Amino acid sequence: MQLNINGDVREVDVSPDMPLLWVLRDELHMTGTKFGCGIAACGACTVHVDGVATRSCQALAGDLEGAEITTIEGLGNPDALHAVQAAWIEHQVAQCGYCQSGQIMQAASLLSETPNPTDEDIDFAMSGNLCRCGTYPRIRAAIHSAARSMGG
Amino acid sequence: MSTLRTFSRRAFLVGSVAVAGGVAFGTYLVQRNPENPNLADLGEGEASFNPWVRIDANGITLITPHADIGQGATSMQAALIAEEMDLDWGGFTTEFGRPAAAYWNTAMAGDGAPVLPWDDSFGARAMRSTVDSLIKVIGLQGTGGSTSVPDSFTKLREAGAMARETLKLAASQRTGVAVADLRTETGAVVLPDGSTLPYTELAAEAARLDPVQGTPLRDPSQWRLVGQQMERLDIVAKSTGTQAYGLDLNLPGMVRASVRMNPRKGAALNGFDASAAEGMQGVERIVEIDGGVAVIATNTWYAIQALDAIEYDWAEAPYPADQADHWAVLEAGFTDETFDSEWLNAGDVEAVRPDASTIEAEYRVPYVAHQPLEPLSAIILVEDDQVQVWTGHQMPRFVQQQVAAITGHDAEQVVLHNQYSGGSFGHRLEFEYIKQAAQIAVQMRGTPVKLTYSREEDFAQDIPRQITLARSRGAVQDGRVISFDTQIAAPSVIRSQMGRINQAVPGPDGQLAAGVWQQPYEFENARVRTYAIEGLSPVSSWRSVGASANGFVGEGFLDELIHAAGADPLEERIRLCTLDDVSRRVLEAVGEMSNWGEALSDRTGRGVAFVHSFGVPTAEVVEVTATDDGIRINKVWVAADVGRVVDPVNFENIVQGGVIWGLGHAINSEITYSDGIADQTNFYTHDAMRMNQTPEIFVRGLENGHVRGIGEPPVPPAAPALANAIFAATGQRLREMPFWNHVDFV
Repeated sequence: MQLNINGDVREVDVSPDMPLLWVLRDELHMTGTKFGCGIAACGACTVHVDGVATRSCQALAGDLEGAEITTIEGLGNPDALHAVQAAWIEHQVAQCGYCQSGQIMQAASLLSETPNPTDEDIDFAMSGNLCRCGTYPRIRAAIHSAARSMGG
Repeated sequence: MSTLRTFSRRAFLVGSVAVAGGVAFGTYLVQRNPENPNLADLGEGEASFNPWVRIDANGITLITPHADIGQGATSMQAALIAEEMDLDWGGFTTEFGRPAAAYWNTAMAGDGAPVLPWDDSFGARAMRSTVDSLIKVIGLQGTGGSTSVPDSFTKLREAGAMARETLKLAASQRTGVAVADLRTETGAVVLPDGSTLPYTELAAEAARLDPVQGTPLRDPSQWRLVGQQMERLDIVAKSTGTQAYGLDLNLPGMVRASVRMNPRKGAALNGFDASAAEGMQGVERIVEIDGGVAVIATNTWYAIQALDAIEYDWAEAPYPADQADHWAVLEAGFTDETFDSEWLNAGDVEAVRPDASTIEAEYRVPYVAHQPLEPLSAIILVEDDQVQVWTGHQMPRFVQQQVAAITGHDAEQVVLHNQYSGGSFGHRLEFEYIKQAAQIAVQMRGTPVKLTYSREEDFAQDIPRQITLARSRGAVQDGRVISFDTQIAAPSVIRSQMGRINQAVPGPDGQLAAGVWQQPYEFENARVRTYAIEGLSPVSSWRSVGASANGFVGEGFLDELIHAAGADPLEERIRLCTLDDVSRRVLEAVGEMSNWGEALSDRTGRGVAFVHSFGVPTAEVVEVTATDDGIRINKVWVAADVGRVVDPVNFENIVQGGVIWGLGHAINSEITYSDGIADQTNFYTHDAMRMNQTPEIFVRGLENGHVRGIGEPPVPPAAPALANAIFAATGQRLREMPFWNHVDFV
């Protein structure tokens, strides 16, 4: 089947029931999207499907033909940072960093819908994303910072 | 409250170092420095002045052997070397290096010796020195117990100075300019005329010199990096999805595997029927390993699907099947047979005082899981003359031994490529996942095999924090606490953990008393006794280990006594805190930060707790409001003394994370057993704290005491400070975690 990932059409030969997460990680070796729980309980695997934050462990490959998929690699990169990534660096958010791809994808989705979120908006949007290291205070600050830099 | 007089009754216990039957070693062994492991494979023109620095014409590599499990150990180690070496931040690459005795941990003696952390007497120093020698002779390379900073703080600056001075000597020999007239900056030697010789161009000449030793370290006033805000070396990669963790590696020809182990931890596999799994899409092989089954497939998801299709016959658990029976074992566990040690005995806690009020209470702390967000994984390639392992682990040399025992190689033939880890919290001190990967790989010789746990498997196999039952008794008189007596029953973490790698640990387990006996309070009458309970679930080091449970036991009960005395919780702690001035200043600091004593609105209360753990006195004040929707945590103030804050931003981040870890698990998390199997199978029943519960957290690092680390110490005071705050706001006293079983939270 064909999947549109970060603007590229990628041909994969997998079971249509395979979650997008495992297509990305084990078939395409795009490992920026993280495996955390497999049941949409942690948010580490968050990508954008047609612009909406989506848990890739629950999105089946067979349902995604024709959809526009964006992963952390497509959001920005070290040489061309997305504003959310720049804010994450400015606030030194990461500890282990394993959840941060998902946090950043979720935050980017929040800011595209709510350019100037309140703390309550952030609580609502981000509470599905688990950080075992407890970087939440910095995530909150970085989202506010990104909102300012994006003109929200 | 003398501690020395109790030494003779305590057997000699070395933290997590196992010494079967005692070790005798001579001065020669202790004084001999282990070989620099870099010398084994230096390239032409490459210099390595010590185990932490390699330079050749192409670049500078700093070896940062402490595992980076999220705490920022790589950046911290690099900063200490770069400080003295005059490297620009980032003007080098880092490597975890190979397992080697040269990286023995010089700080583990701090908690391994049974002495109070502020005790600088001759006896205490001799005790630490003996433990230190033992760790050196064993060559114990390890990350844990908040030892990375104290182990590195002097040693790595000396390594940097040694490299710098040797490179200057090389420049002097090339140019004829005296060493005294040379200086260094930006990774280069600067000549009097201002011209520069980059270190990389001097490497080949410096390689022929004996490293220059004994150079005095710079005064802190000259530091450019240490103590300053610095950008973590991994921060860009971790903000762009480009940081490769162990789970992210792909090797040519690699196959993917997952396992299903007996969910009754440590129990056998009686048999299995894989007929439904054979022939499933992507499945390549199904193999049996000790206690479980592995499926090897082209994609991890195919392997997990196939494991679900297999029928298993599991053996019974080697511990009580149901949770109530675990508690029953603890309740019956305060006996002469289980008695492990008496850590403190001052005055007479048994004396009857006619005018005093006596308080008794029982505290309970459940099993709880580590569950770092990166599921456990390891890649292993077994070949005839070597085994390669790619995984993140905190005890590299033990990994070599454990793998070699399975593959039949010598430990030196096992090459560990240590990796950045997506958290650990003690999980990556365990070896089971690596041993399982080795058992699979040895059946797939010549093919790299990546083992990945599903989250459910990670929960099922996660060896939890020790369950704890404490019975405490105290007395108050004339507005003061005059007696504190606690008895703690729990499984021994150290014996359980070391037993899994077949090492016996003599003597009592200090972790059973950690967080209570090393408190700087001087009670007129005090006693701390511990009881080591066998036959329960295996247990593991969980962020802050013994103190994670005992901090709640000690500081929750002390708060009860203080309230019974009618005293102020902070003032009475300060009054009692006469044994350590550094600790008293921490208590005073948190009082000043929080403006302790100020008027609070209705249904709002504050609690304070203080725990001295891993050498770090740490005080926390938690403020809560009892809303109609439940308890809301408003703010937390933290003061901790680590002697020297290496990076203030990372320090704040780690302290905040430690508070969130402590609060989140105290409120929301427990592991319970039914039929020998953990009831909690994924994050929806065990996730600690989320964004919406997270309070504001204010952090202050003090620098009055010894140089210590900060990963563990913020955890133990969090739970008791919260329980004490809830009491202040509502009058309800919490004596059992998780708190959500007793009160609602917003």
